[in-house]
Amino acid sequence: MSAPLYIAGVAETPLGEVRDHNELSMVALAAREALAEAGLSLRDVDGLFVNYMGEEGSVQVAEYLGITPRFSDSSDLGGAAFEAQVHHAMAAIQAGYCEVALIAYASRQRTRRSRSVAARAPAMGVPIMYQFEDPHGLPLPIGRYALIAARHMHQYGTTREHLAEIAVAARMWAQKNPKAWARDPLSIADVINARPIAEPLHRLDCCLVTDGGGAVVVTTAARARDAAKKAVRILGAAESHTHWHISQMEDLTVSAGKRSGAEAFAMAGITPADVDVLEPYDSFTITVLMALEDLGFCKKGEGGPFVASGALRPGGSLPSLTSGGGLSYNHPGALGLLLMVEAVRQLRGEAGARQVPDARIAVAHGVGGLFSTAGTVVMGRE
Amino acid sequence: MRIDDPFAFPFWEAARRHELVVQRCGACFHHQFYPRPFCLACDAASPSWVVCAGTGTVYSVTTVHLPLVPGITPPYQVALVALAEGPRLLAGIIGQKVRIGAAVRLAWRERPDAPPLPCFTAEGENA
Ligand SMILES: [Zn+2]
Repeated sequence: MSAPLYIAGVAETPLGEVRDHNELSMVALAAREALAEAGLSLRDVDGLFVNYMGEEGSVQVAEYLGITPRFSDSSDLGGAAFEAQVHHAMAAIQAGYCEVALIAYASRQRTRRSRSVAARAPAMGVPIMYQFEDPHGLPLPIGRYALIAARHMHQYGTTREHLAEIAVAARMWAQKNPKAWARDPLSIADVINARPIAEPLHRLDCCLVTDGGGAVVVTTAARARDAAKKAVRILGAAESHTHWHISQMEDLTVSAGKRSGAEAFAMAGITPADVDVLEPYDSFTITVLMALEDLGFCKKGEGGPFVASGALRPGGSLPSLTSGGGLSYNHPGALGLLLMVEAVRQLRGEAGARQVPDARIAVAHGVGGLFSTAGTVVMGRE
Repeated sequence: MRIDDPFAFPFWEAARRHELVVQRCGACFHHQFYPRPFCLACDAASPSWVVCAGTGTVYSVTTVHLPLVPGITPPYQVALVALAEGPRLLAGIIGQKVRIGAAVRLAWRERPDAPPLPCFTAEGENA
């Protein structure tokens, strides 16, 4: 049995529309705040994990922060990279390659207006996607998620109302979170009647585009002994991916979360019934529905009726998206890190009006790419 | 336009003749697309190119409401088509709207600056 590992500090970067910082200064703020929670400083960091932070991501971020790591990781698993990096950090720490792992991310997609759904040119370049997929005009990434939603609806009778309930539940949580971007009341009808983008997905089935990011510190009990706040134990973590091109996804109704979820839950020795709070990646409403099934909170195909019961809402049987999620709180291009920030705050009892009573086990489930990647982290209060 | 991917060259050469080609394994007869220098099913080397029948069924489909490609006016459909030979192909739908499970037939979209693009149309519709 390996020595237990902990998330000893978490922080958000400035969120929303950030006009007085760049991405690296945002990362620095979050890293210092998360390390301070852990009773550590940048000088203690010997493992650095980043994603989507420009060319040679971890190299640039390390220089900016004044870190010379002995373990360095810029794995690109899209929005799930950060859960996967907890998995990588556990392996590295347990193998003795580092002791204090900093996972950090920031983006200003909103302020920079850098988000684009357009196909890329030239059509005949070497990347296979440019040749065979982009010329058909399937928007990135929503078109792939739309094909998955359409197949799920066809195969299992899932409805747009089912998907809309996920956006409504996220909004109800966001109304309890002062940092959430979208806090106006939202109804099922609002989601149904929003303008279509790639059917069956409409505008309000899609996450926000905001600036934001955060930092998470993973370390040992010994290095977290001076932590200012209660460290949260990492009970299990796992990752997987299934495809890049949607034509190569074997079953459109089964995601990589089936594997990452099963492995993380097995490592933690828990079942879905043990989970008090779920933070599933909500890039689109369908992303959550698939996670509920693939992680085993309901049977395959029963995600629609499960959410229609109100399970995800405040007071529901499986409080989920408690920050308001990517749909209503913040979506800085990659939400995975902020899922863990929220899970830790729930387990510490710091979540204020949105606190889930007596939360003892929380799961953050990242999903990224073109519904390609998944990373699952199970955390517990000691 | 120049084709920059030498390994996909046979696909686009066939497209110029309005032939849709995929790979078939000489050892296990598994069909695959996109092309690789080995068989995904049995790991045998050097699958060969074969011409498809040009028929398939819609595995999933979305209707897109964004103007993303010059010459294609929204709303338009993009589908994952399961070819009769087995592999799935992402392809635009030309003509009337289709639903999941619909039988579709190969159609070609001519492009000014690239080889014809394989698309599909509802079976029975005049292309
Ligand atoms: Zn074979």
